[in-house]
Amino acid sequence: MSRQVETRNVVVTGLGLVSCAGEGVEAHLAAYRSGDGPRTDSATFAPYPVHPVAPLTLDGQIPKKSDQRQMEPWQRLGVYAAGLALEAAGAKADAALKAAMHLVVAAGGGERDYAVDGQILTGLRNAADPGAYLNERLLNDLRPTLFLAQLSNLLAGNIAIVHGVTGASRTFMGEESSGVDALRIAQARIAAGQLDIVLVGGSYNAERPDVLLIHEMGGYLSKPSYRPVFERAETPGFILGSGAAFLVLEAEDHARRRGARALARLDAVASDRTKRRDGSVGESLTGLWSKAGLAKPDAVISAATGCAGITGEEREALKTLAPQVPVRALGDLTGHTLEAAAPFGAALAVALVAAGEAREVAVTTVGHRRGEGVLRLTTTGESA
Amino acid sequence: MSRDRDAMGRPLVAVTGLGVVTSLGQGVSDNWAALTAGRSGIHTITRFPTEGLRTRIAGTVDFIAADPMVAPLLSERFAEAAAEEAIGQAGLSGDFPGALFMAVPPVEIEWPQRQALAEAAASNGDVTYADLLRAAGSRRFDDWHDLFIFGTVADRIADRFGTRGSPISLSTACSSGATAIQLGVEAIRRGEVEAALCIGTDGSVNPESLIRFSLLSALSTQNDPPEAASKPFARNRDGFVMGEGAAALVLEDAARARARGARILGYVLGCGEKGDGFHRTRSSPDGAPIIAAIRAALDDAGLHPDQIDTVNAHGTGTPENDKMEAMGCLAVLGERMRSVPISSNKSMIGHTLTAAGAVEAAFSLLTIAHGRVPPTLNYAVPDPGIPLDVVTSARDVPVRTVLSNSFGFGGQNTCLVFGAEPT
Repeated sequence: MSRQVETRNVVVTGLGLVSCAGEGVEAHLAAYRSGDGPRTDSATFAPYPVHPVAPLTLDGQIPKKSDQRQMEPWQRLGVYAAGLALEAAGAKADAALKAAMHLVVAAGGGERDYAVDGQILTGLRNAADPGAYLNERLLNDLRPTLFLAQLSNLLAGNIAIVHGVTGASRTFMGEESSGVDALRIAQARIAAGQLDIVLVGGSYNAERPDVLLIHEMGGYLSKPSYRPVFERAETPGFILGSGAAFLVLEAEDHARRRGARALARLDAVASDRTKRRDGSVGESLTGLWSKAGLAKPDAVISAATGCAGITGEEREALKTLAPQVPVRALGDLTGHTLEAAAPFGAALAVALVAAGEAREVAVTTVGHRRGEGVLRLTTTGESA
Repeated sequence: MSRDRDAMGRPLVAVTGLGVVTSLGQGVSDNWAALTAGRSGIHTITRFPTEGLRTRIAGTVDFIAADPMVAPLLSERFAEAAAEEAIGQAGLSGDFPGALFMAVPPVEIEWPQRQALAEAAASNGDVTYADLLRAAGSRRFDDWHDLFIFGTVADRIADRFGTRGSPISLSTACSSGATAIQLGVEAIRRGEVEAALCIGTDGSVNPESLIRFSLLSALSTQNDPPEAASKPFARNRDGFVMGEGAAALVLEDAARARARGARILGYVLGCGEKGDGFHRTRSSPDGAPIIAAIRAALDDAGLHPDQIDTVNAHGTGTPENDKMEAMGCLAVLGERMRSVPISSNKSMIGHTLTAAGAVEAAFSLLTIAHGRVPPTLNYAVPDPGIPLDVVTSARDVPVRTVLSNSFGFGGQNTCLVFGAEPT
């Protein structure tokens, strides 16, 4: 069936980035241009390396200590980066604009109280009545507000509280593909005229044992030290990175009306979920590449995980799709940030375009278990 | 304007299939019979020991099991049952011809699995996460990776029913089920898909989830008798009761549904949402975000407040929610709201959390289909601060439109309007 659906250009007017590469767009562009590997901490969680986030002055974006205390690190990172994006888009001081601004967040869940978990597990070993013991300890030892620091949608909730972004929020879960789909749905809603402006992004805290545990089950963590993503044949898997990436997306005419500079255009976000088998990732990426309308990208930013099989398939597919084009792995800049990986890729692509270093950029995301995505970002067509 | 477009020229969104699982039973007909008979599904918890807990009741679904008995797998089972029923009713066979939007509870490793890892680590001293990580490194627990990551439930449902594209797993806390429907409506209106499978599911009644809500003083502690604990809108309401279940809706572009001769059960006429930045768990005291969400849903549906026949309330039974919801409804519908029948299904099935918006959407459509508003149990002591027509026994009235409210922690407010016919 053919539909006459309104389509509007979707542009990016603000970026907020924090990761092991530092804070802000310039720090990330510097990391992109440099050949150095990312800052890595191989000791704290040995044998599992992580890419720790650069130290932040939280007060800069989260002025109230009471708000900082109510959040766990994954939320603070996200709220901080969201604030940077709002500032960059010239929206931070515009209460009315923020009250109308929507929010799509890609996130997992928050930190646990590791000491409490350890004490309970220790006590359970000899508990006469394990069920009663578990109940008693959880009732007495869990901080009442910890739940709110864990709930997936409470990153969005905190962004609403701290920054006043209160259009309405939706939180997408589901590892890497949630970041792609957050961008896809946000882009589609603006393009179709369902929305004018939306803050999209994700955050991830890697410096926590519970997420290392989840990914060690299954053997998805590369160890014991950092190696570049496409050189992990001997040590396949990802190295988790702490960070957050947020983008302000808006209709081009909306940005123009409020005098905001369009940094780049988010032309297309194509995603799919294919049943994984040998060759499926390469085929899926090839299909999505053409669906995204990629022509002659100047750069490819890949969220490749480093996991066996799929990373090689992606590299091979890119050799055909974009021969001679430089491919930069996010894992070599920020580490693997799961839900935040696609937002990081999109943001870096926007930064490259805005800096005049590329006219068309492709971003690829292949989830470690499922989901593939290809994004196309271009210049806005107006001279920057 | 064709009959398959709304007043704004957008494709009309028809509902052609419903599936429901709650503590009242499996399937639409069992649920509807129990609901209209005023039967409660809330009972004493037997799934795990409740010694020492202030709340020992819930609307658990005990007739569907999972192995291991963990929230994501149980949620998947409920969703599978609901989706199968909905797709069957829609008369669709083969791969589902559209996208999947799925409200799923947040996922993490649970206590039995932590304990198994701790045991496998076989350390003598105090257990730490280093021990659990060492046990995980043995590769014996690799199957648990997929079990405890966020995308698995929707991935398996997508696989099972052959939905198209990348499935969306989402959370807007206790309004998640409504958001899943809203995402489906929007995708159909964009012309992106012709059909959407929208599901809300929640099987997370376990010790830690219960204790978390208990620590926030959100739960009723009136354990005896269990069926009297959930008291939406009553003066003596003292919190919600956790529930479990799932609902699935097949949404279709009305033109497509008609073209294939499908029976249209009703329409999703409008969706509205509004964020609230006041507090992590409380609504803005002036009710402005709730009011804005209800208004947005009515505007989206192209309806005047006078055209709402009944309200399917969020009605959790917490002092805060019911007061704010009543205020919001009165503000938007005006004096007439005092005589608009309002009812909360949570009085019987408890608060099915992530699933609630979808379950209550299904019940709203059944309310339209049967012209019968299900009752609110335990409304023995009216609250003078809530001057509403709370339905206390199933009421037969012609119902052409229903407003269904969903509100959640984190400033989530989502309202849906369902109708018998396009407006």
